[in-house]
Amino acid sequence: MRELIRPVFVIAWKDIMLELRTKDIMVSALIFALMVIVIFNFALNITPTMVDSLAPGILWLAFAFAGVLAMGRAFIAEGDKGSLDGLLLCPVSRDAIFFGKMTSMFVFMVVIESLVLPIFVVLFNFDSISFNLIAIMLLGALGFATVGTLFSSIAFNLRSREIMLPLLFFPMVTPILIGVVEASSGVITDTVNVIGTGRWIGLIVVFDAIFLVVCPWAFGVAMEE
Amino acid sequence: MIRKTAYSKIQKEPLGIRVEGLSKSFGAAPVLRCFDLTLERGKRLVVFGRNGSGKTTLLKLLSTRYRPDSGEIWINGNSSRLEPNAIRRSIGVVLHNPMLYEDMTCNENLRFFGNMFDLDDLSDRISDVLGKVNLVSQKEQKARNLSHGMQKRLAIARALLHDPDVLLLDEPESGLDKQMLDDLGPFLFKSTRGNRTIVMATHNSEIGLKWADEVAFLSKGTIVYKASRVDMDEGRFHDIFLQQLERAT
Repeated sequence: MRELIRPVFVIAWKDIMLELRTKDIMVSALIFALMVIVIFNFALNITPTMVDSLAPGILWLAFAFAGVLAMGRAFIAEGDKGSLDGLLLCPVSRDAIFFGKMTSMFVFMVVIESLVLPIFVVLFNFDSISFNLIAIMLLGALGFATVGTLFSSIAFNLRSREIMLPLLFFPMVTPILIGVVEASSGVITDTVNVIGTGRWIGLIVVFDAIFLVVCPWAFGVAMEE
Repeated sequence: MIRKTAYSKIQKEPLGIRVEGLSKSFGAAPVLRCFDLTLERGKRLVVFGRNGSGKTTLLKLLSTRYRPDSGEIWINGNSSRLEPNAIRRSIGVVLHNPMLYEDMTCNENLRFFGNMFDLDDLSDRISDVLGKVNLVSQKEQKARNLSHGMQKRLAIARALLHDPDVLLLDEPESGLDKQMLDDLGPFLFKSTRGNRTIVMATHNSEIGLKWADEVAFLSKGTIVYKASRVDMDEGRFHDIFLQQLERAT
């Protein structure tokens, strides 16, 4: 077990340290997320009664597009001077490499969410933050990071990776996206939607679990040349 | 557990590298065709060949970076299909790309890869290899600020960090001056356990012949000439070398 966990943290720490140094991912993703929120703030004449019903859509739109922007950068650092080859020549499993990259991507997603949410609260007078909403955001970030890491690694070797990543990523992550929007809506408005908030959260957990099993395997296959 | 298994095999296996029926294609283009190779432990094989002859692909297959279409590779008795991590632990690889993180310092790059290899006494090892490649004073410089030659030396330091039994070198001389190569030679040839098994691809006949125990010419994915350095027919070697150069130009 130590042989799996240790390299995961070594890779994640390396990615976080590089990001703290370059700020490539966070700056672009944050600016994009803030732009989405600010544009919606000006475009829609939102009254306090409308905020709760619009918040899930606006928030997840910002998170999803900022996330895919961040994921596009996830493997760029590995492209520098062939360092992905160096990583793949280390005596660790492909699963460990995947989970290391995924962990750092999850941390970046959580940081983006935790910086964007307070700004959303201020701009929209949003006062429905709850533990359940934060839990849904974490589950969504986990699913995004898992699928995003896989497709970022696949798109990395493609010529038009900026186009291919969203094309590959969004169809696959749609079940999670629908789940988090519906579950967030249920939690924020405190209403019972079509199948119930609990079941939407269950759906997110199931898809997260499936992706956590399938994506590392697919990553191992994708990295073989 | 993996390390114990690999070490016990190293003791028993007289062959450093054994390759049988190795083939690799990219799309419809075959790069290596039914390639066989044996190299005793502690011997140095230098592979010559013009661009596109399959030298780099051979090194990437030996390093486990590429998966063969068919055939099998054993390094120190470990199969590349069954025990790739045991092979990765026993090899050091220098490719064209230095495989470094440009925004990390020399020290941080080596520490990262040392941690990935789960090495003990990492600080001592880093000081030791940086000393060998003469980069001690650049220890805290970012890799992006190093010259091409210094990046190559750092790549060699990374390959030597875990004191591997086998070295796979793809044109290690590029970017390095003759003095540096002469100084580096002894560090590359010997590990703390004895002579290293080395496979090196190069276009440089001077350094290749100087370092080789065995030489081979690769053309269109097959070996067209192979001889031990001692028994080598110098005239035939130079004929083939010139022939390859002419084809390349």
